Amino acid sequence: MNQDTNVRTMQHHRLTIAIAPEHRIPRSTGPLPYAPIPCLAACLALLGSVPGCGGGASSGGGLEPKAVADMLHAVMEADRTNYTKQVVNRLIKEQKVQVVNPETSAPEPFGASEHWKSEHGKLPLPAQMFRMGAEAVTEKDVGFTYALLSKWPINQQNKPKTAVETEGLDAVNTNKGKEPFYGEEKLGDTTYFTAVYADVAVAPACVDCHNGHKDSPRSDFALGDVMGGVVIRIPLKS
Amino acid sequence: MATKRWMGWILGFGVIAMAGYFAKTLGSDDRRVFLPGATSHGHYQIELQCSACHSTWSGVTVEACTECHGQELDEADDSHPAAKFRDPRNADRLERLDARQCVTCHIEHRPSMTREMGVTLPNDYCFHCHSNIAEERPSHEPYGFDTCQSGGCHNFHDNRALTEDFLSAHTSDPDLQPTPERAVVVRAIDAKQTLTTLDHDAPGAFATPRAIDDWASSAHARAGVNCSGCHRSNGDAAQPWVEAPDHTTCNRCHEDETRGFLGGHHGMRLASGLSPMTPEMARRPMQPNSHARKLDCQACHGAHAYETTFAAEEACLGCHADEHSLAHRDSAHASLWTRERAGEVPRGRGVSCAACHLPTVVDLQGKPLYTQHNQNDNLRPNEKMVRSVCTTCHGVEFALRALADHEASKQGFAFAATSTLDTFALIRNQQQALADTTVQ
Repeated sequence: MNQDTNVRTMQHHRLTIAIAPEHRIPRSTGPLPYAPIPCLAACLALLGSVPGCGGGASSGGGLEPKAVADMLHAVMEADRTNYTKQVVNRLIKEQKVQVVNPETSAPEPFGASEHWKSEHGKLPLPAQMFRMGAEAVTEKDVGFTYALLSKWPINQQNKPKTAVETEGLDAVNTNKGKEPFYGEEKLGDTTYFTAVYADVAVAPACVDCHNGHKDSPRSDFALGDVMGGVVIRIPLKS
Repeated sequence: MATKRWMGWILGFGVIAMAGYFAKTLGSDDRRVFLPGATSHGHYQIELQCSACHSTWSGVTVEACTECHGQELDEADDSHPAAKFRDPRNADRLERLDARQCVTCHIEHRPSMTREMGVTLPNDYCFHCHSNIAEERPSHEPYGFDTCQSGGCHNFHDNRALTEDFLSAHTSDPDLQPTPERAVVVRAIDAKQTLTTLDHDAPGAFATPRAIDDWASSAHARAGVNCSGCHRSNGDAAQPWVEAPDHTTCNRCHEDETRGFLGGHHGMRLASGLSPMTPEMARRPMQPNSHARKLDCQACHGAHAYETTFAAEEACLGCHADEHSLAHRDSAHASLWTRERAGEVPRGRGVSCAACHLPTVVDLQGKPLYTQHNQNDNLRPNEKMVRSVCTTCHGVEFALRALADHEASKQGFAFAATSTLDTFALIRNQQQALADTTVQ
């Protein structure tokens, strides 16, 4: 590609991210603004109020971004595991539910598919369900974001972009997911606390899909491998 | 000194006069003086209703756009939703192109720089985020960034008929499907409820023989809907007689159809609180004798008879006089429609104007639900028509080739497109490469 002929400068469209003050979390002290994270408000309020349960409590009585990120990840991980086991696995593998094909009227196995939107009787894959949650949270603009990224993504838009993302994915890959990675980075005019948690291949379906996908840059994943990472970002007060 | 004073008086008077003129004009129906430039094809109908897009003190907000286009974007499974760009990891991209704001790409009143789809950016905008596409997909190396969405391969928002997976699944489609029949809405009518000319309840002065005969032949009469059903509020005999019911009356029973009508170019003026659209206001060529017609439900369906067959083609061609419309009558599509009306082919085999532009909306099981009355819903980009309309009768590749051939489209698809699409060549190359890898 001849980039010179394609580069455009668009000064008149230049804008920067404006994070509302109520969405910013203090760097080290001060109470956590619960309201912007409604889905976790009860969880955080409970942890914040029970002595001994708020392991990340700062000296000011609030919660450190690290503790918040860990809590958010715990909920994400729990929901994802439950969806995988109690919905996808239970209906498809255990109950072997069948659906009626609308064109042939013949029964066919219920399933989960990457193309669930266009296929009849298919559930979204757990990773897609996770991604939809991330998109819905971003849509709400509640102050934190999360994403499922990988050094070997099927969609190239999901490979690491920032130095912290790269460093974090390398770290959790090296330590086999034993420890999350925490860092800070400035994106636009906002500084973020960024946490990276390992995303491990927990089911054969994860490995089979990624190894066999035409757009996957890697085809040698094994069960238990770190396939990528969950990246959680919390804006810090500058 | 005296001259200066006079100058001051004249200037002051001029300012007051101008302020008065603008204030008076702002409160009137004709606000053309405030238009900063010609409005785009999609909005000129409502350009004098400034508040349809502009909010006081905050300009044109995303909310103003999504109020009319939000559902369309949701249904399109938008490939570039604003939320995607709110992710901080896209902060660097936002500095180049703020895709969270509709007006970054769609600036109104700029006719000299407005292109297809009301886009006002240079054609090569994909470069801003996908500059390394040739590294990710070497097959794309020969293509310039100005061809991404002009070559029939990609759209910014709606790619439902252009995704790799969808195209891959349809590379072997025949040009013509074995059973090319579109879904048709058939409403169940209880014969016991059917009314005749003797049953009408219109007051004497309004019960003209023509009106009563037309009504008696309508689906309304067959379904037991008497004159007061439309001419009195909620069909209540105690309510006053309304001589010319408007779309709000139709909406009482035909909500989906009315919503569609108000969402398209035909009804968007009514939806914005303006007078009905007329062919005279249109920018596209219209039949000279149609100019004064008011675009309401009756314009196509006719008062009282509410004939759907007439509305499917003759009503359209009674106004539209562009090349595509004029060429339709000589097309294979129209020929099939004539044969369907004559009972020579099964119902659903003919292709009227409405078959493509006002298609039947079906549920996931293919059951017909209602007729889409927003004729713009699947019009732009025209690939939107592939899934909802074209593939009922044709293969995906045949349909996409036809839609990409502007001359074939202009001629009402009177001939099959002869051009090929690179996108299918790329898909087939990819399929072959995968097959070769599997064999190895």
